[in-house]
Amino acid sequence: MKFWIGAAITVVVGVGLPLMPLNEYLFYAGYMVLSFVVLATAWNILGGYAGYVNFGPPAFFGIGAYSAVLLFKWLQAPLVVQIAGAALMGGLLGFGVGLLTLRLRGIFFAIATVAVVFIMETLMVNWRYVGGATGLQILRPPVEVFDTYTRMLFAVMTVMSVAAVAIARYIQVSWIGRGLRALRDSEDAAECSGVPTLKLKLFACAVSGALMAAAGAPMPMYLSFIEPASTFNLSYTIAALGSAIIGGMVHWAGPIIGAILLGTLQQVVTVTISSEINVLVVGVLLVVFVVAAPEGILGLIKKYFPGKK
Amino acid sequence: MFSLDLLFEALLFGVLLGCFYAAVSIGLSVSFGLLDVPHVAHPAIMVLGSYGTWIIAGKLGWDPLLAGAVLMIPFFLLGVAIYRFYYEVFEKRGTDAGVRGLAFFFGLAFIIEVGLILAFGVDQRSVEAAYIGKSFQVGEYRIPMRMVVAFAVALILTFSLSFYLSKTFTGRAIKAVAQDEPALRLMGANPVRIKQWAFGIATGVSALAGAMLIIISPVEPAIDRLYIGRTFCVVVLAGLGSMTGTLAAGLILGIVESIVLMLFGASWAPAVAFSLLLIVLGIRPQGLFGR
Repeated sequence: MKFWIGAAITVVVGVGLPLMPLNEYLFYAGYMVLSFVVLATAWNILGGYAGYVNFGPPAFFGIGAYSAVLLFKWLQAPLVVQIAGAALMGGLLGFGVGLLTLRLRGIFFAIATVAVVFIMETLMVNWRYVGGATGLQILRPPVEVFDTYTRMLFAVMTVMSVAAVAIARYIQVSWIGRGLRALRDSEDAAECSGVPTLKLKLFACAVSGALMAAAGAPMPMYLSFIEPASTFNLSYTIAALGSAIIGGMVHWAGPIIGAILLGTLQQVVTVTISSEINVLVVGVLLVVFVVAAPEGILGLIKKYFPGKK
Repeated sequence: MFSLDLLFEALLFGVLLGCFYAAVSIGLSVSFGLLDVPHVAHPAIMVLGSYGTWIIAGKLGWDPLLAGAVLMIPFFLLGVAIYRFYYEVFEKRGTDAGVRGLAFFFGLAFIIEVGLILAFGVDQRSVEAAYIGKSFQVGEYRIPMRMVVAFAVALILTFSLSFYLSKTFTGRAIKAVAQDEPALRLMGANPVRIKQWAFGIATGVSALAGAMLIIISPVEPAIDRLYIGRTFCVVVLAGLGSMTGTLAAGLILGIVESIVLMLFGASWAPAVAFSLLLIVLGIRPQGLFGR
């Protein structure tokens, strides 16, 4: 119940803020932070609960972005349809990647997902209709209710983050999460105890993929431009993985904390220093946390404030 | 458009390229293939070697291969340090080394890449030597000298490493640690020290591979991402840890890539290694020459 009140407040604030006369940059930066929240939360469903390290967030993010562009260019579809289409495509790709888990674990699965990223990128580079290697300029449709398109996207992304977190939380507390945790610890033992491991893995891959693709869907509208090299950039991998690991992978709150922290830090560093440093900062933070605080911020909180939850 | 002549040229070029791919993968074949370390930072370390070569060759005017060979010593030490750290932090604790070890090496790769960007910018760097830029004629085919040099070094590297692993005492110990670590411990040997040594060799070899990389083509910091696909493709296709298998797998990748290049153009080339990798992982994860 507490969770749903919090979720409702977040939605009201997220939709309400853009209606107020605040600095535009706040929404521009906030959008990126929120999309990190969705990415990290989605990544954690497979990576954190099931223990399958997915290096492929750019593939899903990218297929989402390109699905949206395709729907827009072909049918002039509205944003909601673009996001739904993106989620569908991401879910399908996730299902395909899930089939790989039949045979691959650990580093083999991780490397296979890197392969998916580069294959997707090469396909888009060679597909003229969506712009090819040079990219495609996108004319945003006029916006209603909100003052600017960015403000509307901020509101949309808030709703999506809340939805993503709600899904992740449901998965975590339900039997699905218990099954995923069981197969993370020992796939054979889980299978022998009657956990439908294959079904659960496919489900986790598909849901995780659909959410990551949904996170990427509004990106072309946000930038009014799309281009393969930056869309399929592995820095999305480090953002998703880094947020989850830094925040803590065992609880749905971990990726949120990590993503807000990393996303905000990145925005601040990009503005004040340079965008190369921001990738460096994320990389260093990731390594430091993996080495010194493997349970993430949630683990640190548990360690030093054992009484609280 | 498609002729026997072109096919032959693609094959020839593929063989040269393939040996080069084998050489850049051989370090990974030891560190990942034999030692089971999820070393996704291998290509990044190689690119670090390229930049080291570029600095030494540029500042001191040395031959890039000599520069690469000298760099093997500091890289060996770097490798020893990295493995020691990895062992203390992840392998020793044992629990869940999979996810965190991977994340560690992935983060390391990013740090190296961005460090290089910050230090030298995103421009492409290249080196100069007598054999770079020249080519010679065999019949009607023009073969660039730089490919031949890389080809020769690659062959020497592969065979000497293969010889080292099968004929010397330490080399056999490295193979033994890959086969059965507890048994090695029972024989009174210290597996951690052997692995440390082996990882040092793997990293040292990467320095020379980096020198070859910058001889073959100009290098930029983010080029390591492409080589994640190529090196892992070769190592997995080879069947983890087989040295001669690595050479064969490198040749397969080189030939396939140069044929695709000829038929469909350069924009499809990056996907070749990754597609081959996916196919191998999907159909035969133990590789062609599995241990």
